[in-house]
Order: sequence, then C-alpha cells, then structure tokens
Amino acid sequence: MSEGNKIIRMANQIATFFHSQPASEGPGGVATHINKFWEPRMRRQLFDIVDNHGGEGLDSLVLKAAPLIHRPKPAEVPPAATVSA
Amino acid sequence: MSLVPEIDFGTPAARSEKMVTLTIDGNEITVPEGTSIMRASMEAGIKVPKLCATDMVDAFGSCRLCLVEIEGRNGTPASCTTPVAPGLVVHTQTSRLKSIRKGVMELYISDHPLDCLTCAANGDCELQDMAGAVGLRDVRYGYEGDNHVKARSNGETNARWMPKDESNPYFTYDPSKCIVCSRCVRACEEVQGTFALTIEGRGFDSRVSPGMHEHFLESECVSCGACVQACPTATLTEKSVIEIGQPEHSVVTTCAYCGVGCSFKAEMRGEELVRMVPWKDGQANRGHSCVKGRFAYGYSTHRDRILNPMIREKITDPWREVTWEEAYAHTAAEFRRIQYQYGRDSIGGITSSRCTNEETYLVQKLIRAGFGNNNVDTCARVCHSPTGYGLGQTFGTSAGTQNFDSVEHTDVVIVIGANPTDGHPVFASRLKKRLRQGAKLIVIDPRRIDLVSSPHVQASYHLPLRPGTNVAVVTALAHVIVTEGLYDEKFIRERCDWSEFEDWAAFVAEPRHSPEETEALTGVPAEMLRAAARLFATGGNGSIYYGLGVTEHSQGSTTVMAIANLAMATGNIGREGVGVNPLRGQNNVQGSCDMGSFPHELPGYRHISDDSTREIFEKLWGVTLNDEPGLRIPNMLDAAVEGTFKGIYIQGEDILQSDPDTKHVSAGLAAMECVVVQDLFLNETANYAHVFLPGSTFLEKDGTFTNAERRINRVRRVMTPKNGYADWEVTQNLAQAMGLGWNYSHPAEIMDEIAATTPSFALVSYDYLDKVGSVQWPCNEKHPLGSPIMHTDGFVRGRGKFIRTEYVATDEKTGPRFPLLLTTGRILSQYNVGAQTRRTDNVLWHEEDRLEMHPHDAENRGIRDGDWVRLASRAGETTLRALVTDRVSPGVVYTTFHHPMTQANVITTDFSDWATNCPEYKVTAVQISPSNGPSDWQVEYDELSRQSRRIKGKLEAAE
Ligand code: SF4
Ligand code: SF4
Ligand code: SF4
Ligand code: FES
Repeated sequence: MSEGNKIIRMANQIATFFHSQPASEGPGGVATHINKFWEPRMRRQLFDIVDNHGGEGLDSLVLKAAPLIHRPKPAEVPPAATVSA
Repeated sequence: MSLVPEIDFGTPAARSEKMVTLTIDGNEITVPEGTSIMRASMEAGIKVPKLCATDMVDAFGSCRLCLVEIEGRNGTPASCTTPVAPGLVVHTQTSRLKSIRKGVMELYISDHPLDCLTCAANGDCELQDMAGAVGLRDVRYGYEGDNHVKARSNGETNARWMPKDESNPYFTYDPSKCIVCSRCVRACEEVQGTFALTIEGRGFDSRVSPGMHEHFLESECVSCGACVQACPTATLTEKSVIEIGQPEHSVVTTCAYCGVGCSFKAEMRGEELVRMVPWKDGQANRGHSCVKGRFAYGYSTHRDRILNPMIREKITDPWREVTWEEAYAHTAAEFRRIQYQYGRDSIGGITSSRCTNEETYLVQKLIRAGFGNNNVDTCARVCHSPTGYGLGQTFGTSAGTQNFDSVEHTDVVIVIGANPTDGHPVFASRLKKRLRQGAKLIVIDPRRIDLVSSPHVQASYHLPLRPGTNVAVVTALAHVIVTEGLYDEKFIRERCDWSEFEDWAAFVAEPRHSPEETEALTGVPAEMLRAAARLFATGGNGSIYYGLGVTEHSQGSTTVMAIANLAMATGNIGREGVGVNPLRGQNNVQGSCDMGSFPHELPGYRHISDDSTREIFEKLWGVTLNDEPGLRIPNMLDAAVEGTFKGIYIQGEDILQSDPDTKHVSAGLAAMECVVVQDLFLNETANYAHVFLPGSTFLEKDGTFTNAERRINRVRRVMTPKNGYADWEVTQNLAQAMGLGWNYSHPAEIMDEIAATTPSFALVSYDYLDKVGSVQWPCNEKHPLGSPIMHTDGFVRGRGKFIRTEYVATDEKTGPRFPLLLTTGRILSQYNVGAQTRRTDNVLWHEEDRLEMHPHDAENRGIRDGDWVRLASRAGETTLRALVTDRVSPGVVYTTFHHPMTQANVITTDFSDWATNCPEYKVTAVQISPSNGPSDWQVEYDELSRQSRRIKGKLEAAE
C-alpha cells in the first residue's frame, strides 16, 4: 500500500469513529484528533490530498474537518540543501 | 551489608478490626481478633518453636512443636492453630513443654540424615534451628529401623527411600530430608493456586509428591518456587544455593519482567547472585513470584551478552569493536550529518519499557532537547497506547484505577483479552485466591484460557467471542444492563454527566446492540451474554481486568472506552474491589508512558502544544522545544521508506521482532543511514544496525520501575555492569557527545528532575522511596502517600464521560484465500520477544512457538498434532508446528511469538487502532497448509542474521 493510501486509511478510520458520535462533535472531533497526534509531515500529506487531489478517497467528515486542521509550516529545508543551492 | 531481615510470624495476619488483649509470658499484648497465639507471641518478640507453621500459609498444626500452656485450660494446645482470646494467660516455656518438644525433635532427627555440614541448607535450616532451640543433645534411636534416609538398610534396598528429583532446572527435591510438614503443599495451594503437590501415603509412610507420583518437570508444577521458599529444610532447595552456598547480604529490588512489578530480595554472595526471593513487604506481590522473576535471571551472565561497543559502515559488513569514545563520537557525528543533510526532523528514537523511568526520561530528553524534535515513541505503542487514549477520554487519566490488593475485595471479575496465569502470574495467583473464596468470574476471550477451568476455580461464564468483536460484545453487555434497568443511577448522577449518559444509554439500547442481534457476528450465545451482564451488574463489587487482547485491535481504543462505560454505568469506580485495570505487558510500560515517551506529550501526559508545560522544560533545559507532535513508530517507518527519516536511537527494544508486519519494519530500518541499537544482545533489530551500544541489566543499575498499578518501585544495583556502564550513563555520554551539558552523577538526580517538572511525581524521591518502600502516583501535596485507588471522590477529568462505542468490523476479513483468524499471545515461562528468557533454562518449558488449531480445522487440512504447517497471510508466511486442541474455537488459530525463528510478525499486517496506531496483532486472516520445513523467508532471514552477527576477530556469535 502506498503511503498516501495509508494516510487516507488512517484519516478515514478516525472519521468512522466520529460518525457514530453526536453529529455536533464530528468535524471538531476529527480535527482535534489529527492536530493532537499527527506529525506535520502527515498533515502535509493529508493537505496535499485535500488541496491537489480533490480530497479523493477521503471520508466526507475528514473533508468537513479539514478547515479546522492546523496547516503545518512548510517543510524545513535542510542546511545542506541551502549550501548546495 | 547484611541480609534484609524478615520476621516469620508463623501464621498470616488477621483482618479483624476488633482488638483482643492477652498475656504471654508475662507480657501484655493487644492484637486483632483471630490472630493465633503464635503470631501474637512473635509480635511481642517471643519466638515459639515451630516447624509446620509459616506466615505465608494457614496453620496446619501437625508438628506439635509449638505447644503452649494456657492458665485454666487443660493440655498443651498448638499455638499456631489456637486463636487469642481476651484475658488469656499463656506460657510458652515450661518444663512440661520443654520435654515434649525435645521428644518431638528427637523423633524428627532420628529419621533425618545428619550431614548438616555438607547440606545446602546449612545455616538456613529451621530443623537445625529448632534442634538448637529446644536443646536437643542426643538421639536415642538409630537408623537401624524404618527410615527414609538410607538407600540401603541392613544390607537390603530400603523401599522407603526415594532418590532425588532433579528434573526441575532450578530446584531439587530430596525426599530423604523431608519432614512432611506440608508447608510446600499449602504454599502451592494457597499462595500459588496450582495444587500441584500432594502428601502421598499415611503416617510414617507419607511423602510429598508432585501430581500422581510424577517428576516435578512433568507435573502440573509451574515452577513458581513458592514451595521452595516455604520448605524449612533442604528438601526443596534452589540449585543455585546448592552450587554457590548461602548468601551473605541481600538488597531489595524489582523484577524486570512483567507489569506486576514484584519486589524481590536479591540474595548475594559478593557480586554473585545466589537467589532471588520475593519480598514479603512487596506491595504488588506480597511475597510471591513466578518462575521468570525468581529463577530466570541467567541471561544476565549469558555468554551472548555483548560487552563492547561496535560499529560498521554497512549492515552487510561484520561488526568492528571500538572504544566507547569512538562509538559516541561516531554516533553523534552521524546524527548531526543526517540532520544537516535531511533536516532536523529526519532522526528520532525509541525508549524502552524494559529500562528504568530515569533512563526513559533521559532518552526522551535527548530527543526533544538534543535532536530538537519530538520523534520519540516507545513500544507501549504496540501494546497499551489505546489504554492511554481510552481512559484519558473517559476518566481523564491514562492508568489503571486500582492497586492489586483491591482484588481481595472484589465479588465479580471480568477478565477480557488477557491470560493472567501466563502473562501476569502473580496477579493470577492473587485473583485465584479470591475466586476460591467465592468471587465470580466472567472470561471474555476467543481461547479457553487456563482460568476458565483450573483446580478449584471455575469461570461462571466464558464468552468465546470471535477475534475482533470486542466492541460488539462489551456494548451488548451494556445493552442488557441499560435495557434491564440494572445501571447505578445514583452513581451516574453524582459522578458523571447525566445527559451524556442518556445519549449513551439510548445508543446502547438500540436493538441492533442486543446480544440476540450480535450473536451471529460475535459467536457468543445471547443467553450466556445476558446472564453474564446480569451477574456483573448485580453481583456486588465488579472489577474488569484486561490485556492486549483488548488493545491490539483496530478498535482497541473504542473497546477501552466501552469497558470504561461499563464500569461507570454499574458504579464500579472509585473504591476497593472495583475498577478498570489494564494488565501491562512489560515491566515498565506504565513508567515509559508516564515519562513522556509519546511523541505528542511531555512527562505526566501533558500535550506538547501546551505552552505553559513546554515553558517548564524549556527553562530547565535551556532550549526551545518544538510544539508539534512527532512521529510514532509506524509513522517513522513509513517516513523512512519515503526517504525523510534516516536515523534512529533505539534503547532496549527489538522492534523488528516485536512490531507487526516484519517486512515493513525491515524495509524501514534498511532505508535508514544510522540505526543505533542499545541492548544486552545482538537482537533482531541489530541485524539492521550500524552502531551497537552494549546495555546493562536491572541487576546492574539504580532506578525505578512503575508497575501496572502505578506503583513506583526501586531497582537497586547489586553488581557492577559487565559492559561498564548503566544504560542511563550511556545515554548521558551520547548526549554529551552531541553537545549537551548533562551532568547527572546518580539516577536519584534524574528522579529529582522528574519530580520538579511533573506534578503527579512531585513528592517522589529516592529518599522517600527508601522510607515508604514504594508509592503509587499521583504522589504530591494532595496525596502525600500516593494513590492506591483513583477517582475516589470524582474523576480526574471532573465528570466521567460516557462515549458511544459503535462496532466497526476490521478491514482484516477472512475470505476464501485466508479463511481462518489468527490471534497471538504469550506463555508463562517466556517473556515478550524472549531475548532474555530464551537464554535461561526456561526453554525447557517452551522450546518453540506452536500453532494451536481446532481438531476440525486440522482434520480438514490433513494436519496432525506436531506436523509442520505453513501459516500465510496477505503480509507474508512462516512455518511452525501445529498443536491440535479444542482450546481454540473452529475458525480461530493461536500462536505465541517468543522465538525469532517463528517470525510470527511476518504474518501480522500493518492495520492498526484508529486512535493510536497500536497494531492489530490480535486479528489476522490466515490460511494454513501442511509444510515440510522453513519458508524461504525464514531461510533467507536466518542467513541474514548469521551474516550480520559476525564480529571482526571473533568467532561467529551464537544465537
Ligand atoms: S514450584 Fe510452585 S507450582 Fe511448582 S510445586 Fe512448587 S508451589 Fe507448586
Ligand atoms: S518438602 Fe519441605 S516443605 Fe514440603 S513437606 Fe517436606 S520438609 Fe515440609
Ligand atoms: S514476571 Fe511478573 S509476576 Fe513474575 S516475578 Fe516478575 S513481576 Fe512478578
Ligand atoms: S508449628 Fe504449630 S503444630 Fe507445627
């Protein structure tokens, strides 16, 4: 399974749990969970799917949660890359 | 230094609140009602001679040595079986008593060998002591008559004589020295609960016998050693004592195997460990232990231990031994190079649940302060992370609610997804004791575990659910409790949010959650489930104990919440005898979680995004901390495969063997440029390592472990580290090489730092632990003596939160290709990945991992007991031998994962818990077919291991 698919599966698993919770808790619940536990790299991959691939494969609740998920800072450029550039 | 003194009071303590005053040898003494005269005397400092009594078991009154005289009563009653009464006047030493005692001793000695000088118990023999105490000076009878002492008597074979039984690897049984006091039999029954020993024959002919005249090794005996400890003579003796001699000093420390956290006296001669004896004052184990803690310490001196640091450029190179300085400098340079090349977040580390709190704390500190990121995780990820999440959400704190003593007050116990007799043996013994007193038991497990039916213990209900349906079963239990009105409304209104309860109650009450509706799914008969629910809700104090069979599922966190819901709905939280109790696997899983091993939280479970918490550590450490959560172990491996994660420092874990989907783990490790493994042995993960730092054992360092009941126990150094350094020193030296100015001279200073930064540890210090023995966190101003039971006057989060728990089938489904469900577990004699226990004589009980399958499934496939079978899932395949048994239901197969050759995790998949990524070990769809030998992967892997264990200038390291 490619890593992108893994991100989708993990996000959808979280959404599945919150689908069963009271509707008002849904999007906030998913977003809080992802903000709390997902490293920026993972959130970047998620936003890549949301922004550049029309959120394909993602549960509707994940898409609803997306505006509430913290956008990570852009990936850090390693010192080595700046030197060689 | 001297031996840690322990007083034997002769009979167990009485529980009564009512006090009784009497006079013994002119001393007035007040004791609880029900106390024996023997114990009361001992409390007054008067030692009444005794042989068959010891305070770990109930009195039996057979030796007649402890007789006393009581004014106004006839005869000479036995003080061990006679309870105190108000106003009694007791004499323990009179001329009549003296002569009776001498006579008794004379008879004992006349049938006892007189080889005291060369006897292993010389200096530690109660028979010797008593002969001295009663003033025995001569014995009128010889060995000419009937005796058990001589192999030949009057030139003929003596039929009464029996040879030694040396079958058990750790202790011997020498019947010629037995005085038939039955202390061993009672210890096996009352303390261990195995009932392996009996007294065979009658009168002079009687002898102790394991089972039906079997050898110890073949009998039911589980080698806990309680009988050896109870034996007053050399009849049952540790082989180590026979070999080495009597210890001269002892030190109290804590077992490094399972989460029970038993306290032991390490009994020493110089720096040589003579034996481990469970410590009576140990508050987790109360003087008992299992075979691992008591006997399986031989790994610490095993020749496979690596004692010098090693490095290599490529994992295909042989290892090269280097100095510590070179190893630190190389590692530091590599980590800095990788960060320079790939960015700050490209390295991380893993803390160990087998190391001390102090060591774990240092590793996470190194990562957060030295690496400058939060890429720290721990193997608790793969076992109990859902406990943290689930209990955090519902109760507000990620830990079990009770102490182990609580089980003495429980009336109905649910054991779900745990196998205590194998995984948590001392807890199991304590539970069985309570069950024999009449408490009821409900077992929820796919497999018929030993507790379901064992001597004098019978579960009221065993719900044999299909693996992966925990949520459905626990929710169905709640359905019955809610729809039949069995919930505890008063408790819920007082302690929980009533509207949340109503929402939850409406949810579980939906007909689709009824046992009748879910039966087809779970395989649990509806009537049985209803009866179990009623029993739990109405049977008095209800407690729930659970293990990895709950957490290691894609819905692990949801099941933990469902369990918490059940406890709150029935009012079973916040007092003795109730509660929600995770049984932790490794010795310091609780501690490693407490110490900030998770990538999203600092010590004390405080989220990394919380500014005020970060500030505490930033001030103290003099750095700026990253406020974003780091990578979890599976995420690290994913990132490694993607190419953004390149270096890792792994202390005391073997992720290649313990983590699921071995191929994914090895691909991740292989993609890294600097893998540093710190361990006792070249473990499986070390096959992919570039730097190896030798580790030290728990006998070689100071520190603390925190057990499953949140109890902080001291670990004390009894010998010099063979590798030269305790693990905390290695981490400190590495940190210094990376430019951090650490300067701890003793782990006590690390604990002081923990206490200063973490409110739940505020009052913990080594001095304090020396004073009180051990303490359960939170231990602070509000709870200076610690907290044996949590949530006593309210939940940590305020009000208990009911959360809906919808069952979601795992994606791991059986189908035509993989029609069976594999679930995994552990057994008593082995521990986790087995690196330690496999290097002890414990292998005698478990030489290999076996695949348990139901006769029906076996027959369908033409498999007989003992055949080699191929076990395949969509992730991979392996081979092992079958064990055909009806302990598992049709459609379910079961194995352990203690041996690297089995590679059971080649089979498990990368599916995981939705909330925590805890892997779904407990459900894998598999197929099984006959096979005639190891799979290609096993052969290849074996070759790889051999290659990667080569050390330059040395013969191939053995495994
Ligand atoms: S070692 Fe334990 S199980 Fe075995 S006979 Fe002794 S008390 Fe019983
Ligand atoms: S083996 Fe030891 S404890 Fe057991 S009856 Fe004999 S002397 Fe007593
Ligand atoms: S392994 Fe567990 S039960 Fe056994 S002695 Fe050690 S802590 Fe106690
Ligand atoms: S000690 Fe009381 S009868 Fe043996």
